[in-house]
Amino acid sequence: MSDTPNAIEALTAHKPSPGEKFFPKFEVTPELVAEAAALVDQYPEGKEQSAVLPIIHMIQEKFGYICPESLPWIAEMCKSTPIHVAGIVTFYPGIHTMCPGKYHFRVCRTIACSLSGGEELIPYICSKIGVDPATITDEEPMAVSADGMWSIEPVECLANCGFGPNLMLNEKLYSQVTRKKIDEIIAEYKNK
Amino acid sequence: MSTQPVTLPKDEAAAEGKVNVQINGKWYRFPKGTRIADACNSVGAHVPCFCYHPKLSVAGSCRMCLVEQGMPPRLAPGATPTYGADGYQPIQWMPRAVIACANTVAENMGIRTTSKLTSEARRGVLEFLLTNHPLDCPICDQAGECKLQEYTTDYGSGTHRFTEAKIKKGKNIPIGPRVNLDQERCVLCRRCVRFMKEIVGEEVLGVVGRGAHNAISCYPGKELDSNYSMNVVDICPVGAMTSKDFRFQMRVWFLKSTPTIDVNCGTGTNINIWTREQKVYRITPRQNDEVNSCWMPDSHRLNYKYINAPERLTTPMIKTDAGAPLRPSTWDATLNLVVEQLHKCAPAEVAIIVSARLTNEELYMARALARQLGVTKFDIVPRTGESDNMLISADRNPNTTGAKLILGKTGTGLNTIRRGVKNGSIRSLIVLGEDVTAEAGIPEQDLAELDYLLVMDHSETPTTKAADVVLPGVTFAEKYGTMVNVAGRIQRLNKAIEPVGDSRPDWDILRDITQRLGCDCPRVIACPSPMIILEEIAAEFAPFEGINWGNIGNEGKVITDTGVTIPLIEREKAKK
Repeated sequence: MSDTPNAIEALTAHKPSPGEKFFPKFEVTPELVAEAAALVDQYPEGKEQSAVLPIIHMIQEKFGYICPESLPWIAEMCKSTPIHVAGIVTFYPGIHTMCPGKYHFRVCRTIACSLSGGEELIPYICSKIGVDPATITDEEPMAVSADGMWSIEPVECLANCGFGPNLMLNEKLYSQVTRKKIDEIIAEYKNK
Repeated sequence: MSTQPVTLPKDEAAAEGKVNVQINGKWYRFPKGTRIADACNSVGAHVPCFCYHPKLSVAGSCRMCLVEQGMPPRLAPGATPTYGADGYQPIQWMPRAVIACANTVAENMGIRTTSKLTSEARRGVLEFLLTNHPLDCPICDQAGECKLQEYTTDYGSGTHRFTEAKIKKGKNIPIGPRVNLDQERCVLCRRCVRFMKEIVGEEVLGVVGRGAHNAISCYPGKELDSNYSMNVVDICPVGAMTSKDFRFQMRVWFLKSTPTIDVNCGTGTNINIWTREQKVYRITPRQNDEVNSCWMPDSHRLNYKYINAPERLTTPMIKTDAGAPLRPSTWDATLNLVVEQLHKCAPAEVAIIVSARLTNEELYMARALARQLGVTKFDIVPRTGESDNMLISADRNPNTTGAKLILGKTGTGLNTIRRGVKNGSIRSLIVLGEDVTAEAGIPEQDLAELDYLLVMDHSETPTTKAADVVLPGVTFAEKYGTMVNVAGRIQRLNKAIEPVGDSRPDWDILRDITQRLGCDCPRVIACPSPMIILEEIAAEFAPFEGINWGNIGNEGKVITDTGVTIPLIEREKAKK
């Protein structure tokens, strides 16, 4: 954030990511509208705004992240306002405002995993996938490799503290992860 | 069984629908449902608040209003409550503080606003609020009326332990045409967000980010451009929202505030005029729950520049020959000339146009002048627009109701006057506080055909340019007087600055002319001030009966039923 009007413009600035080539581009289709409308229908009249989060999850699953162009559409679907949706999107770290890679590492950095070696895993994965750990900041806690295949994001508790360090690759949980295991995972998925 | 007296304080209070609350050791009674913050403030136990605003929903986000609270101990099964000699149960104090804005009072509740727990809690909250605050008070417009500054002085620790780098956020962001945003100064009370959502109904502001990166923002491409946007500047407890108009104009501690009313429409919004050395710097709304709640429209708020503008008329001016330019003169010479000229006019050929922007006292004097001259063609200029369904009334004259009560005029005679001026049956025209080329619809070429045109106004207009004699009156900021708003409420105008140059209050000019014309009625010529004129009005007109300057007060008094309501106030009442 700077001391220019861009502090507001930055809210919907597109953050380019090499991972975008692995995901379809956000596009409003009749199917998407129907899917969102079905989510909105789950809530009583006057409470359409409650569907903002479910729709956000649905979009993130389909398109990898919440792109700026989708915010006004979500607001329209839920009878909400773009600023309200933007507030929700920027609040949750789990909602991505930048496209992750094809394979997305979520490495737990909560205390149990951190103590059992999770802390060292982050720079190791970064070096393996070729990203600079310094680019992982509070504002953008995700780094994507140049080829878009890989991305890494430190996250909080993955609810498996007894078997740390834990990480998730896309939706799959790996526990008691070591450097060797990371090498194996990367080797396994590299050509998939 | 209890051996206590038959009536306990709790029963007495319950009979009135109230509850007993102990605040700082003293017992008080409050209606059920009163917020702890309101209760404490009403008995002088000040509770500091950032996010709580009585007109908005409760957010409870700032934690500044933490107070120590206690209740009677929870009874063991089968136990009966015990009462002390004063009839109250003992209070068991809670180990943690509670927020005073979101909690309501309850029977036998105890509150401490000055205890160690409370002051520690306040100090802690302030320390956190200041961790990322830029501390740029020396260049901040809010300095001097900033709640963060005040509370830090009152409850803060004076030093801070946060040595890490502060988080940078956006500064000096033009968030709307009239408002600037500084995200770093913000304490995230969300008053502005709630105001825009709940009162204006345009949800353009929101909170984005998380934790220490939280910031108020607009959605890109949308801006805070509502006609009520500047109210967020008033309710912002810190310098996050600042008025572009007032930014860097004047330090607030140099300003004097005068409670008065707005004259841009029939609502008569209650305002404070902030002045220094005879110059008006800003206007802010003043709370009146029957007129404007806590708000005012931007268009009215910013319509004050004419008060100190170069267009102001500062001396009487006369035209010595037809076609000659107006030249400045003295009051005495001008008034003598006016009287001489008016004596020459045949009353049947004279018309008077008065403004419904004049006060009741001025209208009374205008009526006296009309009677003295024997003029019957005499009316106000109606001025209507569209109501914005908030605070701006469809009647854009501030005192139409007063004019109807005092003059009995409604603007219907204006057509006759306009026609008369056009066809030449009216040879002389007296215009009091209007530019007749505008809403009254008398074109300049018709004015040029008149034998005699006498104009009293505060600023130069096409009408004053066409006049034979111009008498410099004053604006609403320079005079005392009363007006009756669309809902029939009489309200006071107070003088904030001295009349500019040689200008004089309109009532004074009118009285002088009437007196010099030969009027000897003491009820007109013996009036030394608008307050005395108001007494004459009260004695003469039934609706004003019993009204005097003192008993109108700062909130005004309803004197007549007009059947007109103010939409925003109606909505606010319906909410309760």
